[in-house]
Order: sequence, then structure tokens, then C-alpha cells
Amino acid sequence: MSDLEPSGPPTAEPTARHTISFTVNGESVTAEIESRLLLTDFLRHRLRLTGTHVGCEQGACGACTIQLDGQPVRSCLILAAQVDGRDIRTIEGLAGPGDELTAVQQAFADQHGLQCGFCTPGFVMSVTSLREQSQANGRAPTEAEVQDCVDSSYCRCTGYVNIRKAARQALGLPIDVPVSLDSSSGQVSE
Amino acid sequence: MSTEPNDWLIGQSVPRVEDDRLLRGAGRYTDDLHVPDAAEVAFLRSTEAHARITSIDISAAQAMPGVVAVYDGASVVDRIKPLLNAEELRVPPGIADLDPVNKLQPAPILATDEVNYVGQPVAMVVAETRYLAEDAIEVIDVTYELLPAVIDVEAAQAEDAALVLLGEDDNIGVHVRHGKGDTDAALASAAAVITETFSTQRYVCAPIETRGLVAQQDPFTGSLTIWSTTQTPHRVRDHVAESIGLPVDDVRVQSVDVGGGFGQKGILVVEELLVPFAAHDLGRPVRWIADRFENLTADAHAREQIHHITLGADADGTLVAVKDHIIVNLGARNMVGLVVPYNALCHLIGPYQVANADLEATGVLTNTTFTSPYRGAGRPEATFAMERAMDRLAAELGIEPSELRRRNLITSEQMPYETGLLDRRGVPQEYDSGDYPAMLDRAVEMIDVPAVRARQAAEPDRRIGVGFALYLEMTGLGPFEGARVEVMPSGRVRLYTGAPSQGQGHRTVFAQILADTMGVAFDDIDVLAGDTASIPYGVGTIASRALVTAGNATAQAGELVRERILDAAAGVLEANAADLTIEQGIISVTGTPSVELTLAELIRSVPKLAGGSGSDGLGETSYFQPPNYATASGAHAVTVEVDTATGRVEILDYVVVHEAGTIVNPVVADAQVVGGVGQGIGGIMSEHLRYDENGQPITSTFSDYLMPISEMVPEIRMDEIVCPSPTNPLGVKGLGEGGAVGPPAAIANAVEDALRPEGVSVRSGPLTPGRILDMLRSAAVSQ
Amino acid sequence: MKPPPFNYVAAATVDHAVELLNGDTDARVIAGGQSLMPLLNLRLASPELVVDIGRIDALNTITVDGEGLTIGAAVTQAKVAGNTGVLGGWPLLVEAIGLIGHAQIRNRGTLCGSLAHNDPLAELPAVSIALDASVTVSGPNGERVVPIDDLLTGPFMTSLEPGELITSAHYPTLRAETGWAISEFATRTGDFATAGVVTRLIVEGGVARDSVVVLFGLGPGPQRSAVVEAAINGASTPSLSEAVLAQLDASIHPNDDVHATADARREFAARLATESVSEAWAIAEARRGGST
Repeated sequence: MSDLEPSGPPTAEPTARHTISFTVNGESVTAEIESRLLLTDFLRHRLRLTGTHVGCEQGACGACTIQLDGQPVRSCLILAAQVDGRDIRTIEGLAGPGDELTAVQQAFADQHGLQCGFCTPGFVMSVTSLREQSQANGRAPTEAEVQDCVDSSYCRCTGYVNIRKAARQALGLPIDVPVSLDSSSGQVSE
Repeated sequence: MSTEPNDWLIGQSVPRVEDDRLLRGAGRYTDDLHVPDAAEVAFLRSTEAHARITSIDISAAQAMPGVVAVYDGASVVDRIKPLLNAEELRVPPGIADLDPVNKLQPAPILATDEVNYVGQPVAMVVAETRYLAEDAIEVIDVTYELLPAVIDVEAAQAEDAALVLLGEDDNIGVHVRHGKGDTDAALASAAAVITETFSTQRYVCAPIETRGLVAQQDPFTGSLTIWSTTQTPHRVRDHVAESIGLPVDDVRVQSVDVGGGFGQKGILVVEELLVPFAAHDLGRPVRWIADRFENLTADAHAREQIHHITLGADADGTLVAVKDHIIVNLGARNMVGLVVPYNALCHLIGPYQVANADLEATGVLTNTTFTSPYRGAGRPEATFAMERAMDRLAAELGIEPSELRRRNLITSEQMPYETGLLDRRGVPQEYDSGDYPAMLDRAVEMIDVPAVRARQAAEPDRRIGVGFALYLEMTGLGPFEGARVEVMPSGRVRLYTGAPSQGQGHRTVFAQILADTMGVAFDDIDVLAGDTASIPYGVGTIASRALVTAGNATAQAGELVRERILDAAAGVLEANAADLTIEQGIISVTGTPSVELTLAELIRSVPKLAGGSGSDGLGETSYFQPPNYATASGAHAVTVEVDTATGRVEILDYVVVHEAGTIVNPVVADAQVVGGVGQGIGGIMSEHLRYDENGQPITSTFSDYLMPISEMVPEIRMDEIVCPSPTNPLGVKGLGEGGAVGPPAAIANAVEDALRPEGVSVRSGPLTPGRILDMLRSAAVSQ
Repeated sequence: MKPPPFNYVAAATVDHAVELLNGDTDARVIAGGQSLMPLLNLRLASPELVVDIGRIDALNTITVDGEGLTIGAAVTQAKVAGNTGVLGGWPLLVEAIGLIGHAQIRNRGTLCGSLAHNDPLAELPAVSIALDASVTVSGPNGERVVPIDDLLTGPFMTSLEPGELITSAHYPTLRAETGWAISEFATRTGDFATAGVVTRLIVEGGVARDSVVVLFGLGPGPQRSAVVEAAINGASTPSLSEAVLAQLDASIHPNDDVHATADARREFAARLATESVSEAWAIAEARRGGST
């Protein structure tokens, strides 16, 4: 990856400036930012890491999901100023240009788990986080964890069916969930 | 076609070429484009549903830090023509004979003296960043004098209703009535008549990428380049040029990676004229990306319809008449004319044969956000009414609902079938092909109706139900779409078309078609869709039309270029063109395998070919004009269980049998259907864009506007039948919208079937647990 | 949807934070930001100063000792839910946190932040009432301990004075045989509750006592149900009679909103109360059985 050279705040910006240093996708970055700058806008417009997308800016849709210190978070609900000294990973930090896709990315391609692709980086980062967590724990993710993971982002194109398959492939679970003709009433607590 | 059918890519699930970039975060959506020095826009929007503007003061905003320019209504009223979506508002001659009402109500670019809905643009700030633009918005001073706001669509039609738009005579924007036979007489003598009101609530396309655009003026020529999320780039080009007074040749619109559209990005809004205007006026690039609040409250809404429907049938269930009065809530203006109301009207009866019909559609204005087509564009709403009514009729007659449908279906032997009505173009409506009985039979078999009935009998304490929805969709809207195919200097082949992708996979699917028709390798084809500079005319990707129109244009252009290639190669190889073949981009002489020519070799020699045509390349442009719609269809069947304690509806099984002619890429096609089903489920189960009685939107964020999430969409079991369309050489039909048409009706039918012991009537969505409990309670009270 | 202008300062210590909050500026505290950031992005909050307490190490601790459980204001919900001490002694907290949003939200959101925000549909304020929590508040006049009932004064309102911040939340040790349950209804997994009921009780000799039953989403804010508590205390069965449910119904004042009508919420109340009490009862009995 080429060196990330962040652009700075516009001169007219009235809020206080800060110098922050952190790592993004393994690279050290030092940047001057303004107090109110959202992490999403910093990543997208100052670092030009535009793979992280913005869908709602209220933490609901999940399109802006990234990893902060290895954990999935919504980057629209974080100020850039808050990540001083932290470690960030975005979709661009998974497979480098020319590298093979990661297992998670490949699973989405294999299962046609994306259409317009706009929500995709968020899903990929969420599934990647769960996969890494399960590898670190040395156990397969539970069905509840898988459900929380795929429920955590909105997709308007796919109807989710192929996203679930992609997630399951990436997580090493059986891909096809057989259609049970019985209801889950009484099994799933609310 | 150049290769053997069993080698054809058409029909194969070729992996998408789009995916690698998108999965790496290397997509280039509109807001990803780095255009140096681009200023950003924020809009001040009306906070009132209906008011007179008595004053606007933008001076404080002009003085705010980082502000480049502030425009209000007065500053643009003489500089930008008001917006009319002219193509949608056009009334074709045959429809004009029905004497419809279709009022032209141009949208003011920025409000000057009156606002008509919350969210209407009142002023535009251009600033160094969106943050600074929003700061400046806050100090614009607007004073409003409130006017009566009309929110309810029925109240808006009252004699003494206040006017939604001052200066109009009434609140009717659209009206059309059309039918056949003698409906009243048929109903008077029918053995069974059911009358009911079914309605579809207002919801929003809400693609995850909101609408946006970046406009840049060329400092040398003054021409404008616009990168946009639009589904219809040529229309944007034409409208921008017209409204701000530039030659159309000096406006270029490129639809880049687009994060879903579903109809919302298929019509023009005033923001799409204002942003290019600002770039032109300021000589500086300007960017506007709607935020989610703008997307939900101020971009196009959809779906809100009421159907007062009556069905009449003989004792054996044979339909004799359908009568429906469709009320469409247009919002504050007639933005897209007859499109949705007439679509609803002419798709209402769908796959059934009925001799008598009296169908009336009224588009009513209210002080709410304007509306647009949304995936299905009137069909999900009409199907909800018709298919719910069919279930009521079945109950009335004591006939199994699937059997009642079976008895009334048009058969494959009757194809092509003239309905006796006029289609959207105003010519006699003719279904080109289909096999509705076969489709229904498969759906009945897959969902296993007898098994559901047996369970209902065996487990009387559970609330299990089954529901069907049959629909059809006249796809491949004209008038045309084009394809330009060119052999590039590298020997690779480029396809340009006016129909961009918002996720449908055009780069893959159109390349499959071109590979087959030209005899070139799939990997050697690049598809560039939605750039007005690369093909002069286009319509866009709306109305399940891209595959039919652009797909066939691609095949036509590919054939023409193939002929050009062979002619040119004949010259180079000193052979007879008839003796040449092209496979995987390599031209060879039949019977002389040692002689080969690649496209790269050929294209390099073409300009200097002795005795050549004088043309310096191998390229052709072709436009396909569909002679008729290609009518696709589907049958959805679903079983649900309703928990009467929680109100929760669980989908136990969901089956789709669809028919969309020749399938180019099965995986992509199935995913289009499933994606539509997901949206349909969202619509019937949770989505509802609501206003309070004062016209304030109360579901203005994703906390309150409930999008479907993964847990709400079950596995979908799919099957298909194939009836290639005779209306186009590829035999294809559109299927982008179909999946969204069935779920509201099928699920509502299943829920009512499940709750029959409770006496619940399902007349509208969304079927949230809270509303199910409300329905159960009111049914208990009335029993 | 971009935040209005404000200056951001990362406080180094609690004293620093208190000092920052006591200037002349309108200041707001941010820790995880999962409540404040949406308000800022929607410009529903326009502070002049945002004081980040997320970097104060002293606030990023979970302590379990003889006094109970103390959770610092910078501790994320995910960290609380993943703490074995919390799971052992206050499993209700873990269960409630599992109902909040999704992992991405819990990885940033803090328990104390949820209490300070006091969304009437949030789980943690209700659960904290049931667990008899208190918060430690630092301000210009030093530290004070505020019982949860005194902290939560109304929807999105607390008794925090200007210049004060919550530095930790404290949960007293529960008797080993305590039973607990949170039953809620949300339209979609991860949504704020449409309605919910939290129960804590002890069953001794087959008879319940010391019950706390908290309703949320069923009125202006989380509130104890005297009706249900009175019905359970001294009862020998967890089932709530029709008469009790009628009294419960009469005692609540739920709202209509986009998620459910008031009438639907009344039905939720009856069902969730029944479910919550019965589940808590079963756990209490199981724990008593396990501990003897």
C-alpha cells in the first residue's frame, strides 16, 4: 500500500485542531484533524480509504463497520480524535492489491453474497471479526453469534440469503441451512 | 451466434466480474471520487407541511466560515427551469383517448413563496465541507405563515378539502378510468360478490447508498461532467442541459458504481439540477450526497395506495367481473404522472381471465413528500389488492384458494393473450408468453397445500396458514436502449450502453451475451454502462428493462461487429468472409487451422487495409426497440405461523416459482428474485414511512423506519419455468422487480389464513407484532 | 448529518474532566459515544465542548470485591459482558447487555453511559434499578454516591448537576439464591425494547420475597411495579392471576409509537411480566437447590 498522506482540515473549520497518530492497516499515520471530524470522513476523505461506506450516520446500517483494536465498531459513531494511539483496520487492510482475496472475501464472491456492493465492506469486516474471534477462541462460533453478526448490517439488494451462506462458508459452518417446516416458537427467547 | 450452443455463456452462472473490486473496497461510488477542490452542499429544507414563505434571510449564512455561496428560491428562479420528469409525464395517444387527468405540476427548484411538504428544498448552501455547509444552514432565517396541511388521502378528496398546492382547482393530480365489458351488470348477476378495501402503506426504496452527485465544469470548454448515482444518466443529462441552458452535447453524465437504486434514483429531483447549476455558476466542482435523514424524509417515497375492490364470480369460482378504485397518494406534486397509477391498473387482473372490468385510478395530492416508482411500481400494491380479494372470494365460495386461482388462469394455449385492455403504451395489452397453470401447480406442490391443511386440522391450537400470490409483469419498457460495441487497439472489446447497473451485474451479464454473439472470450470484454459520452442516447435501468432492451441491443451490435470483423479479416487473410469463423477472439479459416488472426492483429491492420472501407475501426452502435412487452410472471407461496401471544409472524417456508424467459446467468437471476423477496418482506412486515397529523414525518431515521434485517428473511426455495419471449431475439424477460411483487399479498394471505379461527381481517401492512396484536384484539371485540 | 462545531478534549484524569466540565462552556461527556454521537450527527445536541473520559485509565476497570461490583465509566458493555466475575455474580447484567444492539455497538458503548443517557427504552437503566445499583458521581463539590432511583429522573433525564459526571456504577452483591430475568420484546433483534420487564426475587421455603419488578417501555421511563411486587411477595407460585394482571394494566400508562400502540404494549406488559416472574422464580429455585 502506498503511504497514506492525510489532507488536513479546511482553513475555515472553526473547531479545535488536534494532531493524532495511529495505525491504519498496519501503517503509521499522523494527521491534523478538527475536533468534530467523524472517523468515517477522516478515513474516506482525508486518507482516501473509501472502501468504508456511509449509510446512515447513526450506527444502524453497519456499512461503516471497521475494526478498532481488532474489534468491530461503527466508524460513523466515533470521532477521529478518539482514535489517537489506536489501531484501525478497514476493508483495504484485508487483501492487498493483487493479493488473493481473504477467505471471507472469497466466500462472498463464491456465494454471490453481494450485488451493489455498498454494504459489503461492512459485512466483510463483521464476518472477519467473528472469524478471527472464533479462531482466537479455538471454537466455532455459536449460531447466536452468527445471527448477531449477519443481523448487524442492512443489505437492500440481496435479501440476505446469500450473505448468510457467505458468512457460514467463511466461518467454516455448513453452508445450507435446511428449511425446517416447524416454527422456532418456544426455542428462541425474545 | 458463433459457437456451439453447449459452449454458450448464456445460461451459465459465470462468476461476476464486479465482485473482486467491490470486495476489496476498491469500488468507486459517487462519494468515493476524489475531485480536487470540490465544494459540498447542504440544503435547508422546509420544516412545515404547508406554508407560505414570508421571508428568507440568507445574509448570515453567506458570512459563515467556509461558505462559498448560498442560493435561495429568488436567486435561482430565473436561472433554472422548474423540474418536470417529462418522460414519465408523457401520456401516449391510446391512453389520451381515455381522457385522463394528468396535471403538469413543475417542481420549483427552490421554494419561493410556498412550501408543500416537510423536506422540500428552500435554500442551498455551498461550502468547503458538508460540516460547514450544515453550520450555515442553521443560520438561515425563514419565516413561514402556516397553511392548512392535508395529509390523509381520503380527506384530500373531500369537496371542501384545503388545497395541497395553492393555485390548483383541487387535490387530484391524476385520474384515469379504463375497463371492458359491462361490469355492473356482471356483478349484479354474479353468484358471489366480495367487496373490500385493501391498502399498502407508504414506504421508501432506501438504497444503502443515498442519492448523490458531483459536478465539475471544464475550465477550458465550459462543459459539465456529472458523476452520479442515477439509474437514468441520459435523462439527467438532458434535464440538466435544458434547465440550466447548456447545449446537451456539453453535459456528460456518468453513472459510476451505484449502491442500489430500486426506483428512487430513477426519477429526477431538483437537487440533481441545482448541484450542476452551482458547479456551472461557481466554476468549481460541487458535491452533494444525501444523508439518511434526507433520504428518508425528502427523497421519493412510494407504495401508498388504497384499493376499493370488488370481485364477482359464478358459483364455481369463475371470475365474471373486477371493479377497483385505486387511490394513489402522490405526495405534494404529480411528479411521475400515470406511471404508478396506470401500472397498478393494468397489472391488477394479472394472470386471470375476466370478461368485465371497471378500473379507476385516482392520484391524490397530499402535503407529504412526492412519490416515485419503487421496484414493482404499482404491481405489489395491485397484487396485494387482487390476491387478497381472491382469497376472500375463495373463503366466500368455500374453494381452496389455489384451486380458485387455477380455475381462472389464462392458459399457455391462449398465448399470446389479449386482455382487452390497453397497456401502458396505450396499445392493446398482449401477454406474449407464459404458463401460469404450470407455475401455480409447481408452487402448490412445493408448498404442499394438503400438508398444511392437515397440520391445521391436526394442531388446532396453532395458528398456521398458507398464502399464495400470483402476478405478472410486463417487462422491457421501451422505447429503446442502445449498445455500442468496439474492438479496442489492444484487441479487447468494449461494450457501452446507456443502462447502468445498481448491483444487477451488467458487466457480467452483458459480457456473456456479447461473448456468445461475437465469438470473443468473456475475459476480453469490458462493459462500461451509463456514460453519456460513450453512447449518445439511452433510457436507463428502470422498470425491469435493462436485459430486454440493452441485452438485445448488445446482441444486435455484437452481430454487426462480428460481420465487420469477418469482412475485415477476409481482406487481411485474403479469404472469403463466409469461410471464416471467430472463436474466443481468434479468427480462422474453416479447414485451414494453421491460419489464425487475433483481434489485436486485425484491429492494428484495419486502418491501413488496402481497399478498406475507409473506416478506421471495428465498431457498431445498435438500438433495440422492443415491439411489445416481455411478460414475466411469478407464483409465491408461503406458510406462516402466527404466535397470538406475541403477535409475531414467523415464515416457515417460502417458495417462489418464476418465469422470466431465457435466463442468462442463473445465479444472478435467482439473486435478483430473492433480493426482491427481501424487499417485499420488509414492506409487508415492518417498513412504514409515517407522518403525524400535521405532516411531520415521524419515522425519519433508521431507528423508526424499520428495514428488514437478516433474521426476517427466511431461506427461499426457488423453481422456475422457462417460456422464452417471442418479442426479442434473446428470448429474455425482465426480472428485477418481480420478486418484490409477491410477498405482501402472499404473506398477508397466509396470515389471514392462519388467523381465520380468530376472525382477523388483514387489510394492510405492516404486520408488525404490535399491529397483529391490535388486529387480534379488534377481531375479538367484534366477534 | 454532521456534528455541529465543538471542541474535543481528552481528559487525562477525573479531576481534569471535572475541571473541563466546570468551565463556562456547555460541555458534554463522551465515553463510548454510542448515545451521544447519533445526537451530534443529527444536531440534536450542540455542546461547545466534548470531554472524552474514555482515556482515563482509572475509569477503565471492573472490580469485584466484598462490597460488590464496580464498573468504571470507560468500561464498554462488551467488556462487562465478557467478565467472568460479572457473569458469576451478576448474570442479569450479562444477559441484558446481550440484548443491546449488536457487537459493534457493545464494543464501544459503556454501561455508565447508558445510565447517564437514560433512554426510556434501554435495558441497563431498568436492570440497574432491579439490581439496586448506585453510581458514583464526581463534580465540583467532590464525589457523591447516588442511588439509581435518584439518578433516573425521567426520559433522557438524570439528577446529574451541570459539571458532574458518573465515574462508576456499583452493584451490591446478590444473595446466592437470587433469581432474575429480563424479558423484553423488540421488533427486530438488537432494537431498543418495545417493552420489557426485569425481575429479581428470592424464593425461600417455596415462598417469594424481596422482589423487585421493573417495567420499561411501558410508561415514561423504567419504573418498579408495586402491583406485581406486592402480588409476588409472600406468594407460593409465580403465576400472576388475572386480577393482578388487571391491576398491572390499570397501573401503567404506555405510549403509542411507531413500534406498537399503547394497547399492544398493555398486552406485552401482561405477557412479559408473567414470563419474567416465572423465569426468575425458576432460576431462584434452581440456585437455591444448587447452593444447598
